[in-house]
Amino acid sequence: MPRFIAIRVLEGLATLLVSSFLIFGALYLAPGDPLSYLIGNRTLSDEAIAALREQYHLDDPFLVRWVAWLGDVLSGDLGRSITYRDDVLSLLGPRLATTTLLIAYALVVIVVIGVGLGIVAALSRRALSDVILAGTSIGVAIPSFVAASTLISVFAVGLGWFPAFGPGDGFFDRLYHLTLPVIALTLASGSYVIRVTRAALREEAARDQVKAAVARGLPRGTIIGRHILRNGLTPVATVVGLTLTSLIVGSVVVERAFALDGIGALLTEAVAKKDFGVVQAICLLLITAVVIVVLIVDVIQVVIDPRVRERQGIAA
Amino acid sequence: MTELLEVEDLVVELFDGAEWVRALDGVSFTVAPGEIVGFIGESGSGKSTAVNAVARLLPASARGSGSIRFDGRDVLAFRQRELARFRSEELGMVFQDPRASVNPVTTVGEYVTEGLRKTKRMPRAAAYARAEQLLGEVGIAEPAQRLAEYPHQLSGGMLQRAVIAAALSTDPRLMLADEATTALDVTRQAEIAAILRAATRERGLGTIFITHDLELAGALCDRICVMYRGRIVEQLPAEELHGGARHPYTLALLRSRPSIEERMPRLPTITAADREAFLTAPAVAAGGVGGASASEASTSEASASEGGAR
Repeated sequence: MPRFIAIRVLEGLATLLVSSFLIFGALYLAPGDPLSYLIGNRTLSDEAIAALREQYHLDDPFLVRWVAWLGDVLSGDLGRSITYRDDVLSLLGPRLATTTLLIAYALVVIVVIGVGLGIVAALSRRALSDVILAGTSIGVAIPSFVAASTLISVFAVGLGWFPAFGPGDGFFDRLYHLTLPVIALTLASGSYVIRVTRAALREEAARDQVKAAVARGLPRGTIIGRHILRNGLTPVATVVGLTLTSLIVGSVVVERAFALDGIGALLTEAVAKKDFGVVQAICLLLITAVVIVVLIVDVIQVVIDPRVRERQGIAA
Repeated sequence: MTELLEVEDLVVELFDGAEWVRALDGVSFTVAPGEIVGFIGESGSGKSTAVNAVARLLPASARGSGSIRFDGRDVLAFRQRELARFRSEELGMVFQDPRASVNPVTTVGEYVTEGLRKTKRMPRAAAYARAEQLLGEVGIAEPAQRLAEYPHQLSGGMLQRAVIAAALSTDPRLMLADEATTALDVTRQAEIAAILRAATRERGLGTIFITHDLELAGALCDRICVMYRGRIVEQLPAEELHGGARHPYTLALLRSRPSIEERMPRLPTITAADREAFLTAPAVAAGGVGGASASEASTSEASASEGGAR
């Protein structure tokens, strides 16, 4: 097991290294000069411009800059923001809290309501199952930006039940403020989770093993819990993990729509202003989050399914 | 001898998505304690349907008529709770593929002890001790170690022994073995058959053994029911299978196996005319063990009363 985790961590690090190269390369090739934002409307002497280019390492060759940036990142220095004239790290700090809360809230909703309704749909009678399924058919088809503007106009502006923007103060006020964004964020992915959970559990319920358990006269709760849910957990864990990665990426759109001061809002702003340091740092952060989620899903799979352990050649 | 299981004039119809198919057409048989009754016949002849009907495992949509009595009690009248008790306390079932009937994500020990722990509320340690003893009885070496292993770590034959041990764990009185040896190689088949035989004799179980293997049925069973198209066309003591069989279908079945004594360039096949003859020939009941009576080849009307599992 430790060996398996070590290999997966190394793979994750390799992924990060390659992605850092791609992110850095993409921004290097992107049109536009960050210096023009730095200078603005002022006129500077050639010496001053050269000094600025020197300060931001704009004249060094690509690979040198990449290695230097990577070295800085590893030592905890994410660079400086050209527009905010501040360390990227201190810009990220407070915004990270908002985004983390948003995603954590969305994850809880996905697991509790998404997986929960999936279980209900899989085990309930036909009529209820069909109603849930029909709901998810609509849900999966609604992109988060459409959901966001609809929710704002109906529940925030029209009915006035929820605030339309801002992250709120204090924990519960924050949750209250984040409710609409979370709905917008989870509508499609949550519907998808419901469908996958239902399908996975239906498949498990149809297995001979479940028939054998019924033939043994086991209590219904035991059959559902230990034979259907337990065995259906592997695909469900996988899809929840994948959904989480899409939530991380999707939060960019939702934060923008609800004017939440999170990482996503910072990213869109930084892209518009060619604030390369910030864009690089956030991209790297998002990719790190995805790599960690994938790693966790892999480990969960190995823990819950001995057959995966066997395939991977891991001793329990 | 008092009968453990009496099935009388059982008719079962299953809906295959387009029409109702008569899977059992007036089947009657009995099983006595300590007796192994073999069911032979080709795929789709109704062997499994008969066994599943006894355990009330047919799909909820199944309909039919007739009666199934276990120890004098009407199995078809059982309500949910009685049915669960009947299955957990009186029945042991062994299916064809042990890999499919054992939960692959939990250990063999969890599987074998599940019945004891969940339906008899036996403490875990006691259940494991009992399971260890049972695995020893069905001929598994190092039972304690096997209990800690996962199903995929055991061979098919070994796993089927564990399935039998699990079925025996709750001390059932009726064992239903639905092609329990079909998925195994010949040596394992003989071993599993021997285990079933020993369990039947020592514990006084009534056992129904479904198989395609005529030789195995002849060697293992006390009595054989030959099924064709949802009917029992012939019932006879196992030792009379070779030589004593009279129904044309049984004879055709016996003929259609390769012989080791003589060279056969081509095995006889069953023709449409044969099929007609099988259906029109009267059912044969040899005055055998337990005074079993074969069903008449009559088609009683299926009533609306339920015949399958709820």
